[in-house]
Amino acid sequence: MVETFACSFRATELDARRGIVSVVDRLKNMGIPDTRVDEVQIALAEAVNNVVEHAYAETAAGDVLIRCNLHPDRLWVEIRDAGVPFPNAKLPDGNTVKVDADTPLEDLPEGGFGWFLIRELASDIQYQRNLDNNQLSLCFEIQLTSEPQQSS
Amino acid sequence: MSLTSTVADDAQVVTVNAQRIDAAMAIQFKEDMRTETDAGPQRVILDLSSVEFIDSSGLGAIVAAMKQLGKDRRLDLAGLTPMVDKVFRLTRMDTVFNLFDTLQDALDPEHVEH
Repeated sequence: MVETFACSFRATELDARRGIVSVVDRLKNMGIPDTRVDEVQIALAEAVNNVVEHAYAETAAGDVLIRCNLHPDRLWVEIRDAGVPFPNAKLPDGNTVKVDADTPLEDLPEGGFGWFLIRELASDIQYQRNLDNNQLSLCFEIQLTSEPQQSS
Repeated sequence: MSLTSTVADDAQVVTVNAQRIDAAMAIQFKEDMRTETDAGPQRVILDLSSVEFIDSSGLGAIVAAMKQLGKDRRLDLAGLTPMVDKVFRLTRMDTVFNLFDTLQDALDPEHVEH
């Protein structure tokens, strides 16, 4: 069985915050462990931020639609927007600058972590450009806490 | 103002009074950090214990806040909650900052690195 819900909000930073928090609350209520929902939230927030900052950068803020499909062993989170496509209709690589304790202060990156985090946290990523919208889908493996523990 | 600040021993403790340092908050946070740490002790401790969520904008703002301090001052981080800790580890920013479980740990003379 697949459980589904959807929500939409304007692509502004404050509406995005409220939208993300509402999706997170729903996911927790569906029995997904809190630590897993945390990881979903990190990736989802980056994807939504990209919509706000890039897809609608040159136009008035449109809507962001989020649809979650919870399967027995995985969660698909679909993010749609009516903004501009990704450059070359291709997702960014997410290669972030490698940092360590020896990285000089002035070389520390202040951004560019978004796609790196999405790629670290999602087990599968699909993108398609439809006629007038972007459709990005992120997959997360899930073990539901509400399922009874089986002992052998 | 998203921050409050006190001076304890030889360090300035800046407390973040927000649950999220996200895209809606990052610019304000960066400006408030500039105001709070314009002058003061060499060591600044950022108390993140109220912060439940941080995104890449917020992480970038903390990095920017450290750069604003310059080479002769230092920004340490205390009280990272699980999601904040995860973002620092995933991006390897945990290797750049001194991280302390609690503000008390950060202020403990035995833990202070020179």
